[in-house]
Amino acid sequence: MKPAQQISPQTVRVILPFQLQTLARCPAEVPLELTPPVTQRRLLRALEARYPELSGAIVDHATGKRRPLLRFFAGKQDLSHHDPDAPLPEGVATGRDEFIILGAIAGG
Amino acid sequence: MSKIRVLAGTRKGAFILSSDAARRQWQIDGPYFGGWEIYHVAGSPADPDRLYASQSNAWFGQIIQRSDDGGRSWQQPGNKGVEPGINPDGSLRGSSNKFLYDTSPETGAELTTHQWYDGSLKPWEFKRVWHLKPAPHDPDTVYAGVEDAALFRSTDGGLSWQELAGLRGHGSGPLWQPGAGGMCLHTILLDPDNPQRIFIAISAAGAFRTDDGGKSWKAINKGLHSDYIPDPDAETGHCVHKLAMHPSRPGVLYMQKHWDVMRSDNAGDLWHEVSDNLPTDFGFAIDVHAHDPDIVYVVPIKSDMEHYPPDGKLRVYRSRSGGGGWEELSRGLPAKNCYVNVLRDAMAVDSLDDCGIYFGTTGGQIYCSADAGDNWQAIAEHLPPVLSVEVQTLR
Repeated sequence: MKPAQQISPQTVRVILPFQLQTLARCPAEVPLELTPPVTQRRLLRALEARYPELSGAIVDHATGKRRPLLRFFAGKQDLSHHDPDAPLPEGVATGRDEFIILGAIAGG
Repeated sequence: MSKIRVLAGTRKGAFILSSDAARRQWQIDGPYFGGWEIYHVAGSPADPDRLYASQSNAWFGQIIQRSDDGGRSWQQPGNKGVEPGINPDGSLRGSSNKFLYDTSPETGAELTTHQWYDGSLKPWEFKRVWHLKPAPHDPDTVYAGVEDAALFRSTDGGLSWQELAGLRGHGSGPLWQPGAGGMCLHTILLDPDNPQRIFIAISAAGAFRTDDGGKSWKAINKGLHSDYIPDPDAETGHCVHKLAMHPSRPGVLYMQKHWDVMRSDNAGDLWHEVSDNLPTDFGFAIDVHAHDPDIVYVVPIKSDMEHYPPDGKLRVYRSRSGGGGWEELSRGLPAKNCYVNVLRDAMAVDSLDDCGIYFGTTGGQIYCSADAGDNWQAIAEHLPPVLSVEVQTLR
């Protein structure tokens, strides 16, 4: 009987805006180990688990959705309105492309 | 020897100003949470080293920060001593900052709509914490007034928050409209003689009182007059800017309203006007001398369309008779070309024998009078716009 195939976690890279870096006292780039499927929801959950200070600061506590003045980008794509449970582009999942969390440039 | 600690919330961070009892030389520390709006910083009367701060912005939402060492270091309450990760039930370890309206059948109230400025209906949505009120005898108990208006309480040092939903369930909520700054619960007064009694005020619903610890609430706006409200007997809708109370006389309340300075001698059941000879009775801040419940302070602002002092001259006014007979206090304050505002939470007093009065401006100054208002000095001059000022007297 063959042993169950182990799924190796992959390292995704998340880029945080300055405000969240200071909030979580973390660097601008945060590496996260995730097993497939690498989705937006699982990525953000892993980020919050690593830095609970970010809980509610990216995903709204009440709605469970991306906070409206934040956007997600990766590989030159705007992923803000993508299904949070859909697999992220391969470039993000393999760590080639950064998953960027960006605040809207608005209002000073 | 006594020391004074001033807690200032500003548009771009919190600052802590420290001095001795002379209150002449000040050390300024900060900004803490640089770049964030800090609506309020408050210290626990039960443990002066326990501080709570409301940190928020539109992008990243609401954060509650707590210090256990008088402001030298800060942490979110959920993080202290907790190893990050996910609990077996799927919840996050170390997470806090959840302000969720209670809609449970047991203790909650239906999440209704409220009115917008144009009378259209908006859903009740949490935006931020405007005001923190630590309880007098327990450093882990603290109340939070929030926008959209509601009252929350934590009994575990800010780790978790529960809504006192009886207020939102008052019944008049669907008629409430926001003031210019938002539909905020900005004032929380705790009756020191009666733990079941709490006074709150909402812009622009009015003032309310509970006598059963928050289960039920009574609108206490009788006697208030607002030209924009067609019904002179309207139970709610008045834009109350701030309430003040002296702990020795919790049945006497002072109010700075959107026009008019008011007083109640029966815990808010009826109000009467005490504006008297003020140059203008519009303003935001109001406070009471630490040792004399009849000495009241306001900062007159020209009008609801012109949020700056009359004649460009910054003045505090003091009444020694519980309202009325107001005297101008301006020695040491800018006498011309001053067009700043003083926001509702930006005035406070210390409890030294010669009571100190403090206020912060939207121009980034904080002023202090070490002699109950007779003379003033700027103790900070170049801060970001000041949103709130609280003072701790450390003995």
